[in-house]
Amino acid sequence: MTASQQGKLFFSFLRIGLLGFGGGPSMIPLVHQEVVKRHAWMKDEEFADVLAIANTLPGPIATKMPGYIGFRVGGTLGCINAVVAVILPMIVAMILLLGLFSRHRDVAWIHGMSQGMVPVVMVMMGQLAWDFLNKSRLALGWAVSLVMAAVAAVLIYWLGVHPGLVIGTLLVAAMLPPLTKRKSVEEAAQ
Amino acid sequence: MTYVQLFLAFFIPNIVGYGGGPAIIPLIEAEVVGRYGWMNAQEFAEVLGLGNALPSPIATKMAGYVGYEVAGVGGAVVAVLATVVPTLLLMLGALGLLYRYRESPRVKRMSQWVRPVIAIMMAGMVLSFFSEGMAGAGLMHTAIIAAVAAIALLRFKAHPALVVVGALAYGGLLLG
Repeated sequence: MTASQQGKLFFSFLRIGLLGFGGGPSMIPLVHQEVVKRHAWMKDEEFADVLAIANTLPGPIATKMPGYIGFRVGGTLGCINAVVAVILPMIVAMILLLGLFSRHRDVAWIHGMSQGMVPVVMVMMGQLAWDFLNKSRLALGWAVSLVMAAVAAVLIYWLGVHPGLVIGTLLVAAMLPPLTKRKSVEEAAQ
Repeated sequence: MTYVQLFLAFFIPNIVGYGGGPAIIPLIEAEVVGRYGWMNAQEFAEVLGLGNALPSPIATKMAGYVGYEVAGVGGAVVAVLATVVPTLLLMLGALGLLYRYRESPRVKRMSQWVRPVIAIMMAGMVLSFFSEGMAGAGLMHTAIIAAVAAIALLRFKAHPALVVVGALAYGGLLLG
């Protein structure tokens, strides 16, 4: 792995990081563009497989893909290189901008700007909540989705169970039981 | 001790958070605002708002900023590593195994079963932002900003950065 290739890796993922608005999932086409089309580091099918595998794992997709592709192209150094290129510039930007913001919180108009942000974030979060509920409905149906959501709400907000524990238990349950058996239980529940 | 807490606050959401960056947001909120109280809902809204206005993955931007706020550069490094490294190692280490099971119904079920829980936690955040908006900007301004933002985002597919800048301008001029 030459320095110039590490350079290519860095600038490819820098571009992806700077052009990828809207979080990880929206960056996938950009990754495809750079990795498959521009540099031919991977073939189409291979890219699809890596994406499918990345989706079976938890955590942000936008760091798993660069990390894996960087490793394939340039070893451990390439892995670190690609991940840093994607995430670092905007982490620094966040710290600088928000740091400035929160240092001057007592200035009236800056305080107003901060208050103006809350309803927007509320709408964005509502949009995401609906999106997740809708995907859940398509896979599990309304009844199961709503019952699961309601049970989760009781556990997390009322009984104070750690959300990680609730989800972890679900993940283990999804892995363990034989498929046919579990399916009939679900159908009975519907 | 703070480093350990920071690590856990970002490790747990990322290791159970199926569904990419957005799914991790309510889990991080539960740790950062709910459990450790490093930020209040208003400050978390600022992080999310600006995070949505800038490119690159949301999970690492949040980790970097929250980590820095709590414990400086070291904190930022710890929080970002907790976000990136565990799942990346899983991906590099277990690739062969995962490759065999990538079409497995059980693996698909994992993300399906997590979604309703994430959805309800996102709804919980909507409620907390609503009460924050009522307490800060008041009902009228909250309703106006939310309605305009919803129309811009959903109806006209406006860029989130544009909507955030609009809200900042509105807040700076009318709420200051």
